[in-house]
Amino acid sequence: MKHIMTINKANLVESAKKGGCGKCQASCQSACKTSCTVANQKCEKEEK
Amino acid sequence: MIHKYQLGGLYIILDVNSGGVHVVDKLTYDLLDYVKPPFENNCPEEILEKLQENYSIQELQDCYQELKSLYEQKILFSNDEYEKFAKFATSAPVKAMCLHIAHDCNLRCQYCFASTGDFGTGRKLMPVEIGKKAIDFLLEKSENREQLELDFFGGEPLMNFDVVKQVVLYAREQEKKYNKHFRFTITTNGMLLNDENINFINQEMSNVVLSIDGRKCVNDKMRPTPNGKGSYDVILPKFKKLVAQRDKNLDYYVRGTFTKYNLDFSDDVFSLYQADFDQISVEPVVADSKYDYAITEEDLPAIFAEYEKLAQRLLEQDRKNQHFNFFHFMIDLNAGPCAIKRLKGCGCGNEYVAITPDGDIYPCHQFVGIEEYKMGNLEDNTFDLDMKEKFAQSHIYNKSKCRDCWAKFYCSGGCNANNYQYQGDILESHELSCELEKKRLECAIMIQAVKMLENQPISESSTAYKHC
Ligand code: SF4
Ligand code: SF4
Repeated sequence: MKHIMTINKANLVESAKKGGCGKCQASCQSACKTSCTVANQKCEKEEK
Repeated sequence: MIHKYQLGGLYIILDVNSGGVHVVDKLTYDLLDYVKPPFENNCPEEILEKLQENYSIQELQDCYQELKSLYEQKILFSNDEYEKFAKFATSAPVKAMCLHIAHDCNLRCQYCFASTGDFGTGRKLMPVEIGKKAIDFLLEKSENREQLELDFFGGEPLMNFDVVKQVVLYAREQEKKYNKHFRFTITTNGMLLNDENINFINQEMSNVVLSIDGRKCVNDKMRPTPNGKGSYDVILPKFKKLVAQRDKNLDYYVRGTFTKYNLDFSDDVFSLYQADFDQISVEPVVADSKYDYAITEEDLPAIFAEYEKLAQRLLEQDRKNQHFNFFHFMIDLNAGPCAIKRLKGCGCGNEYVAITPDGDIYPCHQFVGIEEYKMGNLEDNTFDLDMKEKFAQSHIYNKSKCRDCWAKFYCSGGCNANNYQYQGDILESHELSCELEKKRLECAIMIQAVKMLENQPISESSTAYKHC
């Protein structure tokens, strides 16, 4: 493509199909608590 | 839905529902003001007419075909296919807990949401029996979840460090019986750190959050001791020691708060970096606008500019191979949590609860002390399952503003406690927080895009990343 470059895998749809196991860390979106916000979390499912 | 924006010299398009991020040229950026699905074989005449003054018809047609191809690959204007998963957002096992080990504090931080440590409920330390009961509660209510998280919080948890130790030892004993594993975290202001508790923390806690606001003058103004002295010179050497002795594979954060008094907070981030920390979080104060230090709408332009400045400063550091992490710009555009997790956000009141020194159960640390949100008590074995269900339902499809927000899969509906505190309803987004979140997200995505482009040989024919 000349005009557009896609920089990631865009795999949210895929992630939903295999996801939802609930093994991941709880997150806090609030400014008051640096534990983890959703966007920077990891998926912890062993086999994806 | 797409979100398009210009930042850091790039034109960026986020396809909200697929998570696709595209860097485009100005032509594409302009064309996207008009192009929407359904796509036709060729670019519609009326769109060509609007743009032909600036671009050739051929270029516009070519670009239209590129957009159409992305649409067909479902990475542009893709559909929102996740609402069906929201029905799984029902009551779930409790897997994380915030243990308020001390409702007391040895600092008098001006912006403390816990009313200088006691959450407005009187100064108290958690007795070890309550701590153990909390562990039992988590082990039981976590059902089949193996990985459990427990955050020692306060007030200042080191004011009750003996109980912290005993609770950790008890949990380590019990986890074997249940075949589970605890991940501990502690958040401390550092005043009472010493060799003994540093060792213990570095051995047992998978993450430690060290509160310090950045520059000495900023820190000491907002984080004084009860007799009005600054805390910076006491805590800095202790934090340095803890981090120096810590296993490099374990997490830590130095975290600060910025307020109206230091809207130039990128200097605080750098001050922490210069003090040899490389995992840094500096976050906006959340406070009622009646306070002088509160961030208000009129501060937004200055804060946005500061986030942009910080993003550029971070990129410069990276180019010099002097990396450090700024917590709120961390984003993984390729992996990250699954879409289902992204619908639900923090899970407070459902997968996550807070326990007070009296054994009271609240949805999370920020609800502590709000009587109508008390969910039960460990001593009398009460736990309000209706309230748990209500919190389980607080996903983005039940929050009217979030539904149509481009940031929803990164923000996950924001903070229920802020929503309650400032809008009176856990489902009603707090707009100021939204604005800040969206700006951070734009910066975080831009940083990833720039890094990727700088590490990538760019094809001659491409015009997509000529800086704007
Ligand atoms: S809380 Fe605000 S920024 Fe977050 S998804 Fe909802 S509307 Fe968007
Ligand atoms: S409600 Fe807010 S403060 Fe509480 S856990 Fe959720 S994001 Fe964090």
